Amino acid sequence: MNMLDFITKLLAATLAMGTSLAYATVGEVYTQKTGILNLGMEGIMLMGALAGFSTAFNTGNLYLALMMAMLVGGFFSLIHAFLCITMRANQVPAGLAITMFGTGLANFLGERLGPASNGYNLTGMNIPDKFSNIAIPFLSDIPIIGALFDVSLLTYALYILIPFAWFFMYKTKHGMVVRAVGENPRTAASMGISVTRIRYVYTVIGGMLAGLGGACLSLSFTPSWNEGMTSGKGWIVIALVIFSTWNPGRVVIGTLVFGGITSLQFSLQAAGLKMVIPSQFLGFSPYLITLVALAAMTIINQKKRGSFASPSALGTSFAIDDK
Amino acid sequence: MKFRLEKRDYRSTRMAVLVPVVSLLVSFILGAIVLLISDANPFQAYAAMLKGAFGSQTKLQYTLVKSIPLLLCGLAVGIAFRLKFWNIGAEGQYVGGVIGITWVMQFWTFLPTTLLLPVGMVVGILFGAMWGGIPGVLKAQWSVDETLTTLMMNYIIIGFAEYLYFNAWKAPRGNMGTVLYPKEAWLPRIWGRVHGGIFFALILVGILWFVLYKTRWGFELNMIGKNKRAAECQGVSIKKNIILAMLLSGAIAGLAGVIDAAAVTHQLTKGVDSGYGFTGIIIAWMSGLNPIISIIVSVIMAAIETGSDALQMTMKLPNAMGAVLQGLILIPLLAGNIFIEYRLLVIKNRKEVTA
Repeated sequence: MNMLDFITKLLAATLAMGTSLAYATVGEVYTQKTGILNLGMEGIMLMGALAGFSTAFNTGNLYLALMMAMLVGGFFSLIHAFLCITMRANQVPAGLAITMFGTGLANFLGERLGPASNGYNLTGMNIPDKFSNIAIPFLSDIPIIGALFDVSLLTYALYILIPFAWFFMYKTKHGMVVRAVGENPRTAASMGISVTRIRYVYTVIGGMLAGLGGACLSLSFTPSWNEGMTSGKGWIVIALVIFSTWNPGRVVIGTLVFGGITSLQFSLQAAGLKMVIPSQFLGFSPYLITLVALAAMTIINQKKRGSFASPSALGTSFAIDDK
Repeated sequence: MKFRLEKRDYRSTRMAVLVPVVSLLVSFILGAIVLLISDANPFQAYAAMLKGAFGSQTKLQYTLVKSIPLLLCGLAVGIAFRLKFWNIGAEGQYVGGVIGITWVMQFWTFLPTTLLLPVGMVVGILFGAMWGGIPGVLKAQWSVDETLTTLMMNYIIIGFAEYLYFNAWKAPRGNMGTVLYPKEAWLPRIWGRVHGGIFFALILVGILWFVLYKTRWGFELNMIGKNKRAAECQGVSIKKNIILAMLLSGAIAGLAGVIDAAAVTHQLTKGVDSGYGFTGIIIAWMSGLNPIISIIVSVIMAAIETGSDALQMTMKLPNAMGAVLQGLILIPLLAGNIFIEYRLLVIKNRKEVTA
């Protein structure tokens, strides 16, 4: 296999892997921009994966499956929004609660929503249809870049979503409102903006995108249902938000790098490197890299005096009558 | 009719008791809905769970054995939570403890067998402390987000434990897991399956209660959690306390792993990560970070777990039901916490009525 082929294949794998991460990360960026930290991503993505898969399994309709995944994701983040915004709960334990409940419920339902012939288990079942890659003629034949034009519909949709998310955040008046709510909710409120409403809306939208991200896993990347199949991707999403410095446009870079490293690890394993490095080491390398990158990023950011800082009001509750 | 929240002058003790109790009830009611949706009779299911957790002496013993590491993990997490350091890595620190004691038991053969247990415990605790200390230092020194670092550290050490289990420390013959610890070095049982670890846990509860409520250091930790700036003005070193608290938190989670390994599994098992660290978060939060109340809460959590195992055996329902119930407790709990510090005013026809 020549180098060109290897890189093209790696990019293709990266795109497949990164798609689910990108949806959830864009969602979490928007949520955090309004000042709400949603650590429930892991649970929401897993519920999205389950909702998508079981809908596709029972109806065969992939688009209905995506809608269900978004609906479920939206519902779970609505719980988070209620806890953090209305009940002013601390956002960290609230997010952990969503993750624990979501993972538990998804794993429970995964053993209940399947066919009776399989002991009501969804694991090991196949869906009639999946989001497969669609190659664009000619474009997909170009070396390396061609990989960009031989992806699933879910990935193509990202080519529109990410620029749109960037444009909406930085070039529209409403995007400015979103940023103002996360930077200085008091000022935003005094300008007549409903902080509560904006925060609710974008927490729910963020959860819907996370649900969609989860469904990308079970409907396209590995079309199946497995207990805990997100395996920490929801937490990687939280790290990717930091790497993208809360800019929806930069989500592309973070997901490509992370997806690239993970895919590289898989192809190295396949290439027999596990003779040299144990497969378990390669298995946890993405988390190690995330840890190191996070530390490095935070330290660099401090040296630069916070030019990549998080939204000022991130993680704090806001009530108009607070003194 | 309108609702408004008004800050109470004092924290309401009545609410502080009522909210966790009601949350537990609400979680069981919501859990019943989940059961109904999945075609199971909730009354039967809960009866089966209760019987599975407390139905006989052996079952009670199983529940108590499970509550020991849960209590310790709850205590571990609770210390870090006191200063609003979100340690969600108790899981990994627990695994660190197991790796530490297994290392001693398997390879420090130059030690007399009587010394293996105490030395193994110390080494395991140190491993746990180290695994908790690293995120502590990262946070204190460079304010690296601790929720992510502690969590990433979980995945790393769980992967490493798997490597030890499958490769480096594998028992010579197709045995399950690593070599069993020498029998003389096991932590002895005291009542059926209940082992001596229960004393460690209970003594630690006493010590922590004293340290957290009766000493200056405990007071400092509380102050940092409540108001960082005020603590700094009082000359309390936040950096030093974050690192100390995380070393202690990791050490206690490590102790949980050490005790379970020395008394129950006697080896490094596959899937050593049993979710104790996450359940510890629920225990800490539900007990209001109070070590003494943690005892009761950890027995309840253990009962939910042993009960859901029984549910799987008797009613063929997934034992993930336990995780559903545990996860469900936190939601009403977090929602209700506001009533401890605020009271709800119902404004009706310009007349204010307190509820």
